[in-house]
Amino acid sequence: MSDCHTVSKPAEFVRSKDKTFLIALAGQPNMGKSTVFNLLTGLNQHVGNWPGKTVERREGQFHYEGRDIRLVDLPGTYSLTANSPEEVIAREFILHEQPDVVIALVSAANLERSLYLVSELVTLPAPLIVALNMMDVAELEDLRVEPKVLEAALGVPVVPMTATRAEGISELLKIVERVLNGELTVSARIPEIRADHQQVLDEVLSEIREFVPLPYPAEWIALKLLEGDSEVSRMMQSRLPVERQETVHEILKSHDDALLAIASGRYEWIERMIRAAVVRPRMGQIGLTDRLDRWVAHPVWGLAILAGILGSVFALTFFIGAPIQGWLALQIIAPISQFASAALTGAPTWLSGLVVNGVLGGVGAVVSFLPIMAIFFAAFGLLEDTGYMARAAYVMDNVMHLMGLHGKSFLPLFLGFGCNVPAVMGTRVIESWPARLVTILVAPLIPCTARMAVIAFLAPAFFGPRAILVTWGLVLLSIVMLVLSGAIFNRVLFKGQRTAFIMEMPLYHLPNGRTIGMLVWQRSVSFLKKAGTTILAISVVVWALSIFPGGSLQTSYLSQLGHLFEPVGRWMGLDWRLMVALLTSFLAKENAIATLGVLFGSQGGGLAQQLAGTYSMATALSFLTVSILFVPCAATVAAIRQETGSWRWTLLNLVFMLALSVGMASLVYAIASAAGG
Amino acid sequence: MKTDVQSPVTLSDLLSGERAILLQLSLTKASSNRLVSLGFTPGVEISMMQNYGRGPLVVNVRGMRVALGRNEASSIIIKKGEQ
Repeated sequence: MSDCHTVSKPAEFVRSKDKTFLIALAGQPNMGKSTVFNLLTGLNQHVGNWPGKTVERREGQFHYEGRDIRLVDLPGTYSLTANSPEEVIAREFILHEQPDVVIALVSAANLERSLYLVSELVTLPAPLIVALNMMDVAELEDLRVEPKVLEAALGVPVVPMTATRAEGISELLKIVERVLNGELTVSARIPEIRADHQQVLDEVLSEIREFVPLPYPAEWIALKLLEGDSEVSRMMQSRLPVERQETVHEILKSHDDALLAIASGRYEWIERMIRAAVVRPRMGQIGLTDRLDRWVAHPVWGLAILAGILGSVFALTFFIGAPIQGWLALQIIAPISQFASAALTGAPTWLSGLVVNGVLGGVGAVVSFLPIMAIFFAAFGLLEDTGYMARAAYVMDNVMHLMGLHGKSFLPLFLGFGCNVPAVMGTRVIESWPARLVTILVAPLIPCTARMAVIAFLAPAFFGPRAILVTWGLVLLSIVMLVLSGAIFNRVLFKGQRTAFIMEMPLYHLPNGRTIGMLVWQRSVSFLKKAGTTILAISVVVWALSIFPGGSLQTSYLSQLGHLFEPVGRWMGLDWRLMVALLTSFLAKENAIATLGVLFGSQGGGLAQQLAGTYSMATALSFLTVSILFVPCAATVAAIRQETGSWRWTLLNLVFMLALSVGMASLVYAIASAAGG
Repeated sequence: MKTDVQSPVTLSDLLSGERAILLQLSLTKASSNRLVSLGFTPGVEISMMQNYGRGPLVVNVRGMRVALGRNEASSIIIKKGEQ
């Protein structure tokens, strides 16, 4: 791999103009990759999972100059060594799917670090284009980067751009077009291993060359073996004959410092590029990020700021989201219900009941939560996009240590305030399995938007102006329970093991409206889909159970089911209707409201007031407590099963949450009743 | 894990604003690999952005800010700069 060579595709892979072309978007985290992806694909994108992995896969389509182009967003990774599933996904995709072009996104404001991934990408057999993003940030920091010089040094087309202002996208597409047309040949200059290890690399290469399976380049495999890459080592182990295995193993064992030689070689390559293309400003100036971090990342002020931010998000929900929700329920859903019952006067009673009470009463109530959800999604999208999330993780490190976890575990938990499913899936950022498992087990204790919506719906009716205090108390209770359970899980299951905390703190930057808008849009659509499918089905089932077999609620299956659990409910001061609401919340937390809507025959509006007239404050407090701590919803249970790969851990979590929620609600009810609630 | 041998200077000894040269990583292989891909290679200059004496700390390496746990920082052996 010491000489420069032209990377070109064999003839059979060159596709004609009417075929769909495949482009992969690669880049390190915090390079503005999702902004570029959104710019290129617009709303025409699909979010899913990589097959067999729990890593998010984003793919989109667009047309350019009469071509159909499929764009795949590779996971953000710092390198292509098998440190995590993301790195393996990114390199396997390039090697196996053989994209027509790979676009590598780098930051002009920090070329040194962002070129590391490029130094690995140039060794893979796919035409590369470097998108030099964040030209505006570089300018702000007085850094002058010369794209043309960099292009000449790399031997790869370089396109300067500022994705947040949509600058440079059309130039990027023009270059892509030229590469696809074969008008531009890419012949990347490739990093060399440090001289003292060149001979070892050649030795390994000659031992393995004939055994390397397609589509892997033998040089690349040899390099990865020398780096100690676990995936490649395992693959070659099964391919090499026994005596070769031993020879290779001996060579590798006597050079276990090779990783540093290879990495140093890459950084030397990067330094050469930078010396050519970057004019450095005076060092030692203090940027905006450092000034902000003195406060935001301070061990004391940082925590206060975090509490303030979380508090503001909840306050925003109450002062903006809740009134809009109420307005929707009264002004939109209620008239529709009235219209429907008027239109269905001639129809059989079951049909009118199904439509008005089942569908509109249930789904209508849930759909009216959308503004509350959207505010949460926007607030968290904003925090993520400005670079604040890493600071939250950093200042929470000490608190997380109480659970034997470190700051990084706070990131998925933070997501959990939106929805517990991404929180459980997000735990994959945690490298060690015990830490990951503890985080998964406690994640459902984070009150998600759906639960917050139930509280935002009920609390004002029962507690008036004190609703915000009650809400704060409930959130605090959840968090205290989370820390306590985490500490116990860690002590009992893992005997207090500790794991490594290594995390990038990205530069602060102005949030991009488009990126946040896209996030709010995608999550709102998926919420409405859920309302239209799962919640619709549950509402209809609950309605049917509330009518059959006798036609009256008092003798219905639902009533029987509720009465069956009433003894448990009595500890918590809950009647059978609240118990049924709680049970249906297992399928989706918002169902609690939908079910109560069906049970109270409410027409969308006025349900909260109806409930406030029916139940005492002690019962309300107890119901809110059991709701916020109750077993995770079905989707979260499925996520826990998928991420832990075990029913045992999933069941443990269910039993634990059930006991905790019933226990705490009973305690709250006893105290509130004694206090005269 | 403290040893009786005179302990070398590590990253956790570096005060806010000080600079040092990285000498050696003595962490697990997985952690070392991750640090290397973030630019922590022997000979690189590291400057301490924030070290309050306890809890995690923030360093600047190759123009990137990286947060490290105290345990990790105390397994990175350094040579303090002259300034």
